[in-house]
Amino acid sequence: MNQLPLISTSDAINPLFLFIYGACLVLLLGITITMIYFVVRYHRSRAPEPTSQVDGNLMLEIIWIVLPSILVLAMFWYGWKEYLVLRTVPPNALSVTATAQMWSWNFSYSDGKTSNKLYVPVGRAVRVELVSKDVIHGFFLPAFRVKRDIVPGMSNYVWFVANKPGSYDVFCSQYCGTQHSAMITTVEALPEDQFATWLARKEAPGAAGKIDGKALAEEKGCLGCHSLDGTPGVGPSFKGIMGRSEVVVTKGTERTMTVDEAYLRRSITEPGADVVKGFQPIMPEFGDLKKEELDALVEFVTSVK
Amino acid sequence: MSDMQQAATSFWNDTGKTGLTSWIFSTDHKRIGLLYFYTTIGFFLVGVVLGLLLRIELMAPGRTIMGPQTYNALFTVHGVVMIFLFIIPGIPGAFGNMVMPIQIGARDVSFPRLNLLSWWLYIIGAVIILTSLFSGGGAPDTGWTFYVPFSSRTGTNVSLAVFGVFIVGFSSILTGVNFVTTIHRLRAEGMTWFRLPLFTWSLYATAWVQILATPILAITLVLVMAERVLGTGLFDPTRGGDPVMYQHLFWIYSHPAVYIMILPAMGIVSDIIPVFSRKPIFGYKMIAFSSLAIAAAGSLVWGHHMFTSGMSDTAVVVFSFLTFIVAIPSAIKVFNWISTLYKGSISLEAPMLFALSFILLFSIGGLSGLILGAAATDVHVHDTHFVVGHFHYVMFGGTGFAIFAAMHYWLPKFYGRRYREKPAIIAWGLMFTGFNVLYFTMQVLGMRGMPRRYYDYLPEFGPLNLVATVGSWILAAGLILMLVNLFRGLFWGEPFVGNPWGGATLEWSVATPPPTENFEGEPVATHGPYDFSGVKK
Ligand code: HEM
Ligand SMILES: [Cu+2]
Repeated sequence: MNQLPLISTSDAINPLFLFIYGACLVLLLGITITMIYFVVRYHRSRAPEPTSQVDGNLMLEIIWIVLPSILVLAMFWYGWKEYLVLRTVPPNALSVTATAQMWSWNFSYSDGKTSNKLYVPVGRAVRVELVSKDVIHGFFLPAFRVKRDIVPGMSNYVWFVANKPGSYDVFCSQYCGTQHSAMITTVEALPEDQFATWLARKEAPGAAGKIDGKALAEEKGCLGCHSLDGTPGVGPSFKGIMGRSEVVVTKGTERTMTVDEAYLRRSITEPGADVVKGFQPIMPEFGDLKKEELDALVEFVTSVK
Repeated sequence: MSDMQQAATSFWNDTGKTGLTSWIFSTDHKRIGLLYFYTTIGFFLVGVVLGLLLRIELMAPGRTIMGPQTYNALFTVHGVVMIFLFIIPGIPGAFGNMVMPIQIGARDVSFPRLNLLSWWLYIIGAVIILTSLFSGGGAPDTGWTFYVPFSSRTGTNVSLAVFGVFIVGFSSILTGVNFVTTIHRLRAEGMTWFRLPLFTWSLYATAWVQILATPILAITLVLVMAERVLGTGLFDPTRGGDPVMYQHLFWIYSHPAVYIMILPAMGIVSDIIPVFSRKPIFGYKMIAFSSLAIAAAGSLVWGHHMFTSGMSDTAVVVFSFLTFIVAIPSAIKVFNWISTLYKGSISLEAPMLFALSFILLFSIGGLSGLILGAAATDVHVHDTHFVVGHFHYVMFGGTGFAIFAAMHYWLPKFYGRRYREKPAIIAWGLMFTGFNVLYFTMQVLGMRGMPRRYYDYLPEFGPLNLVATVGSWILAAGLILMLVNLFRGLFWGEPFVGNPWGGATLEWSVATPPPTENFEGEPVATHGPYDFSGVKK
């Protein structure tokens, strides 16, 4: 197939940046130089008395209303035109759903494959559907000048195309709480064939068909809030959690209990049921985990000593 | 200040009352103005300390001096204090109260007791906001914008803080009502609309915005409280609500609020530049009308805060267009100020230096606003440090520097003593340098993709963040020097008598410091505000 490469969103928008910055620079220099010139030329040491009492000039006023108006209308028009580029997804785009939740990313592909990095093929447009599980987040991909808020209950999207292989940062741009600044991932742009291989690869089950609990904990974003080394985070640390005695708040009343397997399971699927004292009830529910996944997570958490 | 002979008949003591209660229950506009001045400057300093702490945390990647939750609370409190407790009440409450009634030849504002109530509401609101920091779930961590659904879910003390802001809003509305009535009803004989000083004009335009826009903030905040306390779900999509609706409501107030902050600052600069150039302002009517134009058109541009929110593309095109329209009256003012300098006799004393640097910093802020107004470029820089740099240029470089200009220009008039010139100039130099190092660097960081409200960042942003933090220290050094010099001067400095700047507006015709009744007998305005021909010094 001999296709022209798609114009990327950044290629469309960069010239607009240049245009506006150029105009700003000219205006700012004009203002600054005129001001400095007047201040020096008419400084009281050189001009002990004012040499004019002019208090207006209609012609000048008209000029400096009309010229800037034309300039800003050009900026408006150009800005709008390129904005439409951001909104118009080229045909045949690969569709990926990005699910944001406090404070992790999850990307899922049409065949059910999921990943916490956004793998994309080079040269093909990608349309990212933006879904939030809790509060408003933002999908920000600076390399491609792309950003859109991820609003719960609303279907927003962005599109971009990576014309070169590489790794590009993705930030959460809409403030979403304690670990907002840690809500970072990447776009991994792979050549078409490597991408196809990646997509086709099923998560290699371990020798005994087991899921890697640690990898899953990372993917689901657990480790964004729960440390493995005992440092307190947004949630209690996993270190030595099994058998620990905790004061929890259940429906408003405090009680002391010992962490066992049943407690761990409930804490993952219904985190609001018992909240450890001193922490906010903000953990998202992971009720849609498969049984094997839940088992693997519990086993992993238990193993952190 | 009480040992001055000319002060014997001033508002400081001519009623014979000088105790604390004679101040906090005073209905004299000058005393209320000073109450506002000291309280707003106090909150400004609190905000500055918080800002410096934010910058220290950002000095290097990873944890520097605080954890993420503390950082989030600090930028929220920094924003709330700076916006609601410093910059919105700052100029109208302090300098508006002190100067405006004298400028129009009045003895006081129309409703002196309402004026006192405004200040008290402000204090009560401020105390509630401060209480929210140390009680309940702790300092709010939502950002000053209180976006739902985060603000309705977080366990921190958002409800109380929002209630405090709600109360402060009423203070602002009452000031607006008072000023509109005063300017309509209490102008002296001969003080026609086109003899009003431009500072008064700007307060007039501002007052309308305060009256019309603030109630919308009040309603929005009540809805946030209802969302948290009663669970009304108006903004909760799982219950038929809409979080983007909240953003509309919030910005319908908060964008016009930007004009509550900047218009009076433009008024200050329009009063100072002619005095220090000994020339009438260029295009008086243009400047006056452009204030009204900004106040009116500025009410219709709130959506430019929401280009990426998911609102419709139709809304994006309309709000982008209107945003560029508001840019024009601001540009007109800049050109008029600069033309005023032409063939004048310019003296670069401290008030003038601050006023001229207002023009430059405000221009940088305004020009970077063009990037934000164009839909496509806004998408990239929205919610990054570019925006943080942009609004500090406008609010701090603009309004903040105008307040510093006003402090050097008018405060000596009210104290009868003055600061020393040289330290004032050095302080200005430090602040101007530090300011640009700090905020220009932040704009570059944003352009490179560093999001705002980020406690931590990727290592590639490290060097520029260090530069910005060093800038904040230079700025702080200048600020300390300026305040020490200013207050030392006001309390113990050289006497300030008569009309040393050579101002032609009415406040320069009354005794220094002004007597309680401002004028002996009925003042009559016989010439325009910038007619310097008859000015005696
Ligand atoms: C020395 C003085 C100041 C310093 C060092 C400073 C520093 C900062 C920094 C670093 C942030 C960004 C935090 C982030 O997004 O991660 C910030 C935010 C902010 N600043 Fe300042 N600032 C100063 C003065 C001011 C002034 C004078 C005003 C207003 C008049 C102001 C208003 C704000 C507002 C509204 C925010 C946004 C808060 C939010 O995101 O909710 N600041 N400041
Ligand atoms: Cu987020």
